[in-house]
Amino acid sequence: MAIWFSRSRKIAHFLKPKIAPSEFLYKICSNYANSSSFRTLGGENCRNPQVFSDYSTTILAFRRRWWRPESTRAGEQVETPYSDDDYEDENQALDFPGGRVTFTPEMKFISEASDKRIPCYRVLGDDGHPISGSRYEQVDKETAVKMYKSMVILQIMDNIFYEAQRQGRISFYLTSLGEEAINIATAAALTLDDVILPQYREPGILLWRGFTLQEFANQCFGNNADYGKGRQMPIHYGSNKHNFFTISSPIATQLPQAAGVAYSLKMDKKEACVVAFTGDGGTSEGDFHAGLNFAAVLEAPVLFICRNNGWAISTPTSEQFRSDGVVVKGQAYGIRSIRVDGNDALAVYSTIRAAREMVIREQKPILVEALSYRVGHHSTSDDSTKYRPINEIEYWKTARNPLARFQKWVHKNGWWTDDDESELRGSIRKQLLTAIQVAEKTEKPPLAEMFSDVYSHLPSNLHEQEKSLRETIKRHRQDYPTDVPV
Amino acid sequence: MASSLRRIGKLELFASRFESSTSNSSSGGTWLRGLSTTTINEERLIPHSQETGNKPINLFSAINQALHIALETDSRAYVFGEDVGFGGVFRCTSGLSDRFGKQRVFNTPLCEQGIVGFAIGLAAMGNRAIAEIQFADYIFPAFDQIVNEAAKFRYRSGNQFNCGGLTIRAPYGAVGHGGHYHSQSPEAFFCHVPGIKVVIPRSPREAKGLLLSSIRDPNPVVFFEPKWLYRLAVEEVPENDYMLPLSEAEVIREGSDITLVGWGAQLSVMEQACVEAEKDGISCELIDLKTLLPWDKETIESSVNKTGRLLVSHEAPITGGFGAEISASIIERCFLRLEAPVARVCGLDTPFPLVFEPFYLPTKNKILDAIKYTVNY
Repeated sequence: MAIWFSRSRKIAHFLKPKIAPSEFLYKICSNYANSSSFRTLGGENCRNPQVFSDYSTTILAFRRRWWRPESTRAGEQVETPYSDDDYEDENQALDFPGGRVTFTPEMKFISEASDKRIPCYRVLGDDGHPISGSRYEQVDKETAVKMYKSMVILQIMDNIFYEAQRQGRISFYLTSLGEEAINIATAAALTLDDVILPQYREPGILLWRGFTLQEFANQCFGNNADYGKGRQMPIHYGSNKHNFFTISSPIATQLPQAAGVAYSLKMDKKEACVVAFTGDGGTSEGDFHAGLNFAAVLEAPVLFICRNNGWAISTPTSEQFRSDGVVVKGQAYGIRSIRVDGNDALAVYSTIRAAREMVIREQKPILVEALSYRVGHHSTSDDSTKYRPINEIEYWKTARNPLARFQKWVHKNGWWTDDDESELRGSIRKQLLTAIQVAEKTEKPPLAEMFSDVYSHLPSNLHEQEKSLRETIKRHRQDYPTDVPV
Repeated sequence: MASSLRRIGKLELFASRFESSTSNSSSGGTWLRGLSTTTINEERLIPHSQETGNKPINLFSAINQALHIALETDSRAYVFGEDVGFGGVFRCTSGLSDRFGKQRVFNTPLCEQGIVGFAIGLAAMGNRAIAEIQFADYIFPAFDQIVNEAAKFRYRSGNQFNCGGLTIRAPYGAVGHGGHYHSQSPEAFFCHVPGIKVVIPRSPREAKGLLLSSIRDPNPVVFFEPKWLYRLAVEEVPENDYMLPLSEAEVIREGSDITLVGWGAQLSVMEQACVEAEKDGISCELIDLKTLLPWDKETIESSVNKTGRLLVSHEAPITGGFGAEISASIIERCFLRLEAPVARVCGLDTPFPLVFEPFYLPTKNKILDAIKYTVNY
C-alpha cells in the first residue's frame, strides 16, 4: 500500500468521503494485516497513520488536510469534515489495500488469454548468426569456449552414464539432453556466490562450477566418496562448496525454500541471489505458488527459472495448464517475468545476467521461462516414444539442437575448430570411462553411515537398532550385500 | 477462525473436564499445582534459579518470554507465520516485532507449506527459523515440507546441509469448542518421521525451557503447544534464560502401583485421576514424556519395572496413536514384569466432534476407571 501511496497522483480520489479516512484505513489495515510485505518488512505499521509520513509530500499535504494534527491513532477521526470538491470523484475510484481501483460502468471480464502468445526472447538464429536487431550481453572468447565445451561435456556425460545404467552398472539415470544451453548458459551468467536450489535436470550448473566427472560418477555409484554417502538415487547431487543444495525428488519443494535462503542473503546484505529451478510440471504444484508468492511478498532475491521442456514425464503442457505457458504466471504474483529461447545459449546468458542484476539490485524475485524440449526420456524408467511422436523428438534433437546452434556461433567467431571438437570429445569420453571404473571399484559407504546424520547425534533408538542389525548380519551374512563394509 | 478462538475465556467446558477446578476456574492454574511442584533438579537445569526472578505467568506468556530470549540471544533468529506481526492470534508473539523489528518478526502469506518451506531455506543458511503454524489442524499442507524436506535435509546431503535451526510451533489439542479444525492432536503423524524431533510441554515453565531447547537444538523440531493451557495454566517461571533437556521424560508424581504416561495438556487430566485414585489407595506414578521423538524409553521402562502396570493417555485418536508405540515398546521390554495389559485411554476414532467433545475426550473418570481395571486385573 505504501508504494501505491507514493505513486498516487490524484489523492482526492483516494478516499470515499462519507467514511472518515482514518477509520476506513484502520478497517482495511486490520482486515489485510498481512497483505503487504513492504509494510511488514519496511518497518511501518499499518495501524498507525504515522506510517504514511515517510512517503510523498503529496501524502503529507493530504494528511494535514484530512487528519487533525493531534490524531495519532487510526480509528479516532470519525467526524472529520470533508470538502465538497471531493464528492464528484466518489464513484470513480475505490481505495483498497494494494492500491486505488477505478470504477467502470462497463461489465467487462478479463480475457483468459491475450490475443497473442508472449513472444520468446532470442539472439541466435538457427544459422548461428545473431538475428538482426537482437540486443544481448557480449560473451568473450574464453567464456564462450568454456560454455561450449561444458555443453559438450554435459552431453557426453549424459550419454555415457545413460549407457552405464543400461548395462546395469548404476541403478538409475536421468539426462539433461536438449537442455544443455539452459544448464550451462545460466551457470555462466551467475557467480559462485549465487545459491542454487536445483530441481534435478540441472547438473550443468555443478559441472560449470567445477564438480568433477569423478564426483558425478561417485554420486551415481553411491560409493564411499559420494558426498551423499550413498543414501540417494543417482543424479541427486549436492555440493556445499559449490553452493548447490542437494537435490531431492519431490517436485517444487525447493521453491518456497528458495525464498527462505534468499531472505537470509538479503538480511546478510550479500551481493548474491538464489537461483531456483523447476519444470513445467512443477508449476502445477502448490509449492510453486507458495515459492513465488513468498518471494514476492517478502521481497526475496530469487531468480526462478522454469525449464518448460514440454513434458512432465508423459504429460504434455496442454494437459498441465491452460495459461500461455509459465511466463504469464509471474504477473499474478507481482513478479517480473520473461520468456526466453532455452535452446539459445546467448539468449539464456543475456537473460540470466540481466535478471540476476535486477534481482540483486532491486531485492525482488524474477521469473524466467526458458522454452526447450526434453530430448531424452524422462529417466531410465520410461520410453518416451510410447507417449510422443518420434519425429517430434527428432526435430528438437536436430533442427533445434542448442549445441549445434551455439557451435555455429563459436565456429563463425573463429574460436572453435573441428579439431578442437574431436579432441575434446575423445578426451572427455576417456575421462568418463575412467571415472566410471574408479567409482565402480570404490567401496560403498560403511554401514554406520546408514544411521549417522538422521540427527546431529545418534539417538538411543538408532544406537539400539544399529546394534541389533549388526547381530542379525552376523547370523545371516548371506542376506546382505558384500560390498558394504559392516 | 482466529478471532473466534481468541475469545477463549469461557471455562465452563474446561471446568467440566477438570471437575475439581470448577470453583477456581477463573483464576486458572489451581489444578496445575501438582504439576508445578515438579521434581526438576533446578540447580542443574535452571541456572541462577536462586534469583528472585520467578513470577507466576501463563503459558502463552512463557512462550513469549522464550521467543524474546531466543531473538535477544541470537541475532540470526527469526519469528514468522500468519498474523505473527501483531502478536499472533494467541498473543504468543506480542511485542516481538516492536522490539526486534519487522525484518526479524513478520507476517507471512496464509500458506503453511510456504511458511515451512521458507523456514527450511532460512534455517539451511545457518539461521534460527522459528515458524508458527496458527493451529496444528492446519499443519498438513506443510506435511511434505516437514516429512520429505526438513526431516531428510541433513541425511540426504551426507551432512553437507542441514536445517537444524528450524522450529515449527503449533497450538494443538482440545479447547472446549474447537470442533474438527481447532482441536486436533496430530503428533503421531510426526512421530513416524526420522529426522525431526517432536516436543510437547505441559506447563508454562516447561514450555519456556523446552521451547528454548528446541530452538537451539541442531535438529528440526515440531513443537506443539497445548492451546487450552495458554491462558489457564499459570505457574512460576524463571525470568532468566534456561533450557530443559529434550528426549528426557520426567517423573512428576511418584507412585508404586501403576505408571501413567502422557504429555501436554493431558497430564493435568491424568493428575486429577491420580489424585482420585489415591483416595482409593492406589498409588500412581505419573510421567511426562515431553519429547515424543526421539523418546525416552528408559524412564518409562524403569518405572514400569517398578509398578508392573502401564497406562498411556492422549487426546489423539487411539488407533495408530503414539500410545500404541509406547505400549508395544514397553511390552517388549517389560513383558514378564507386566501384571496387566497396557491400558490406553485416548481420543476415539472419530473426527474431533464439537458438541460431543466431552464424550470424545479421555476424561478423568475414563482414566480412573482404567487405573482401577488395570490395578485389579
